Amino acid sequence: MKVLSGFIAAAAVVGVAATASASTLDDIKAKGFLQCGVSTGVAGFAFTDDKGNWQGFDPAVCQAVAAAIFGDKSKVKYTPTTGKTRFEALKSGEIDMLARNTTWTLSRDADLKLTFVGVNYYDGQGFMVPKSLGVKSAKELDGASVCIQTGTTTELNLADYFRTNNMKYEPVAIETNAEGRTNYLAGRCDVYTTDASGLAATRATFENPNDHVLLPEIISKEPLGPLVRHGDDQWGDIVRWTLNVLISAEELGVTAANADDMAKNAKNPEIKRMLGTEGKFGPMLGLRQDWGLMAVKAGGNYGEIFERFIGAKTPIGLERGLNAQWVNGGLIYSPPVR
Amino acid sequence: MTDATQTHAPGTHPDLPPPLGNRGAIKWMRENLFSSPTNTVLTLLGIYLIYLAIPPFLDWFILNAVFDAGSRAECWERASGACWSVVIVRFDQLVYGFYPVELRWRVDLSAVLLAVALVPILFDKAPYRRGWFVFSLIYPVIAFFLLWGGLGLEPVESAKFGGIMLTVLIGVTGIVASLPLGIVLALGRRSELLVLKVISICFIEFIRGVPLITLLFVASTLLNYFLPPGTYFDLLLRVLIMVTLFSAAYIAEVVRGGLQAIPRGQFEAAMAMGLSYWKMMGLVVLPQALKISIPGIVNTFIGLYKDTTLVVIIGLLDPLGLSQSILADSKWQGLSTELYIFIAIFFFISCFSMSRYSIYLENKLHTGHKR
Repeated sequence: MKVLSGFIAAAAVVGVAATASASTLDDIKAKGFLQCGVSTGVAGFAFTDDKGNWQGFDPAVCQAVAAAIFGDKSKVKYTPTTGKTRFEALKSGEIDMLARNTTWTLSRDADLKLTFVGVNYYDGQGFMVPKSLGVKSAKELDGASVCIQTGTTTELNLADYFRTNNMKYEPVAIETNAEGRTNYLAGRCDVYTTDASGLAATRATFENPNDHVLLPEIISKEPLGPLVRHGDDQWGDIVRWTLNVLISAEELGVTAANADDMAKNAKNPEIKRMLGTEGKFGPMLGLRQDWGLMAVKAGGNYGEIFERFIGAKTPIGLERGLNAQWVNGGLIYSPPVR
Repeated sequence: MTDATQTHAPGTHPDLPPPLGNRGAIKWMRENLFSSPTNTVLTLLGIYLIYLAIPPFLDWFILNAVFDAGSRAECWERASGACWSVVIVRFDQLVYGFYPVELRWRVDLSAVLLAVALVPILFDKAPYRRGWFVFSLIYPVIAFFLLWGGLGLEPVESAKFGGIMLTVLIGVTGIVASLPLGIVLALGRRSELLVLKVISICFIEFIRGVPLITLLFVASTLLNYFLPPGTYFDLLLRVLIMVTLFSAAYIAEVVRGGLQAIPRGQFEAAMAMGLSYWKMMGLVVLPQALKISIPGIVNTFIGLYKDTTLVVIIGLLDPLGLSQSILADSKWQGLSTELYIFIAIFFFISCFSMSRYSIYLENKLHTGHKR
C-alpha cells in the first residue's frame, strides 16, 4: 500500500511538472534541435539517402520548421515511427511534431487530441491499369477484375464506388502491396487499386512503368499533413505558418534560389511580409524576423519540394493534380501572411 | 592369358582390386543413385531439376549481376541479374545504422573486444583464462562507454544506433544477461523459501504470458507516461531490459527442466558431503543440469536473436527496418530481394554459428547422458 501511494505521489509530481514545463518552443530552443517524427520508409515521402540522412517530402517540412526556428535546417533529429507508435510518441512528448503521411480525421483531432496544422498532400484511392487495356477512365471498368487488399478501407471504398456507378467487378484478394504488385504484373487482375501515391510508387518499380497508367479518378479522401499535440497553440501556429509560407512562396514565385533577392527587392508587400523584410510577423510567432526566408531557403517552396521528391520527373512520378496551387485548379491554398 | 605365367606361392597372391564396376564412385552411384528403376528415375529427375534451377540462379546471382551501379535504373539498363549495388552502396548503413561516420571505429573496436571477451567464456582451454575472465566481466562497461560515449569520448545517442550493430547489441546483451538471471529464477522457482518461490513464479508466468511485442510497446510508449516530459530514459536501454527479462523467463524454464532431470540422489549425496546450498548447486547440480539444458538454452537464444527484428515495430531500425527506408529511396526502389538475401545471409551465419557451438559444447561435455 505504501509503495502504491508513493507511486501515486510520484505520478502527481510528474503531472505537476508536466503542466509547469515551459512551452514547446522554449524546450526546442533549449535543447537546440527539433525532434521530428517521420515514417520508417514510404517511397519518396521519407527515406534514407546513400549517406544515411533522412530525406523526402515529409522530412522537408521538419527541415523548414527547424530553419524557421534556428535559421539552420540541419538542426533536426528524426525519430522513425511506425503506424503503431506515431501518436504515442507525439502525445508523450518524445517528438515535437509528426510529419508522417498521416490522414487528417475527426477522431484523431478530437479523440486523440492532436492538431493537424494543414495538409501537405491530398491523397486518395486510385486505379492503375495496363496501357494495353485502352481504358481512359475508371467509369469504363465495368466487369474488370481488381486486385484489392482485404480488410482495408480501400476495399469498402471500391465496393461503394462500383455500386454508385452501377458497375460490376471481380475482386482478387491480396494481402500486401508486394503481393499486389506481383499479381498485377502477372496479369491476374486488370486493375490494381490502393492510394494513388502508393500506386505511383509501385509503378515506379516496374521494368516498363510507361506501359501502365493511373486513371484520373480518385475515389476517397486522404488528406495527409503534419501534426502537433493539443495544448500548445503557439507551437501549432509555428508549424502551421511554416507550412503556409512554403505554400505561399510557390504561389508568389519565391524559390530557394531567389528568396534572398526577393526579400530585398520584391515589389509585392505580401512577399516582403512573408520573408520578414516588412512587419513583425516572425516575432508574433515567437520566431526570428527572417523565419519565412529561412524556411523557404531550407528546401525551396512547396512546389520545389514536391518536384524534388515525388514529382513528375522523379521515378515516383506523381502529377500535381489535387496538389496544385489553387490558382492552377488544385487544393493547395495558404491564408495570407498579414 | 598372361596370368598363367605369373608365379605366386600358394596363399601369397596379393589381393586384387574389385572389378571396376564395384568400387569407387561407380559403386557408390550404383548403390545410392541407381539401385532400382524407381531410384534411377528419381535420380534423373533430380538432376534435371538441378539443371533447371542452378543456371538461372547463378545467372541472376553472379553472372548477370551488377555490383557497381549508382541506382536501380542503371542496374536494369546494364544487366538482367541481381543489383547488388544497393547492398554495397548501403553496406555501411546496414552495418552501423546512423552512427556518426567519424566515430564508427568505436563500434569496430567494441566488436573486436567482444570477440576477445567471449573467448574465455566459450572455450575453457584458453590460456590465462582466469585473468582474461576479469576482462570479460568488465567488458560490458567498456562497451557501454565505447558505444554511448562519455569519459572523454564524444557522446552518441542510441537513436543513431541501427543495422547489424543494433541486432548484435540487443541479441548479445539479451543472451548474456538473461542466462544468469534465468538460472537464478529457475533456482528461485524450486526454492523452499515461499516468498522467493512466489516472486519467481509470478515473474516467469507473467512474462511468458505476454508476447515480446507487447513488452516492447510497453517499453516504447507506456513508460513515457510515467516519466516527466523532457526526462529521456534511453529507448534502447528500455528495450534491452525488456528483451533480457523476456528471455530470462524462458531460460528459467529451460534450466528448471534440466534441474528436474537431476536425480534426488545427487542432491542428497552433496548434502551428505556437508556442502552448503550454493556449493551443492554450483559444484554438483548445476553443472549437470546446464549440460542437459544446452539444446534448449541455445534454442531460446537463437529464437531471441531472431526476435530482435521485432524492434522495427517500435521504430528502431535493425537491418530489416533499414531495408524499408532504403527501398523508399526512389533510387533503389524495388530491390527488396537483394536486401533480404543479404540480411538472410547475416542471420544464417549468426544462428548457424550458435548452433554449431552448442554441438561442440555438447560433445565436449558428453560424460554420461549422451547416447
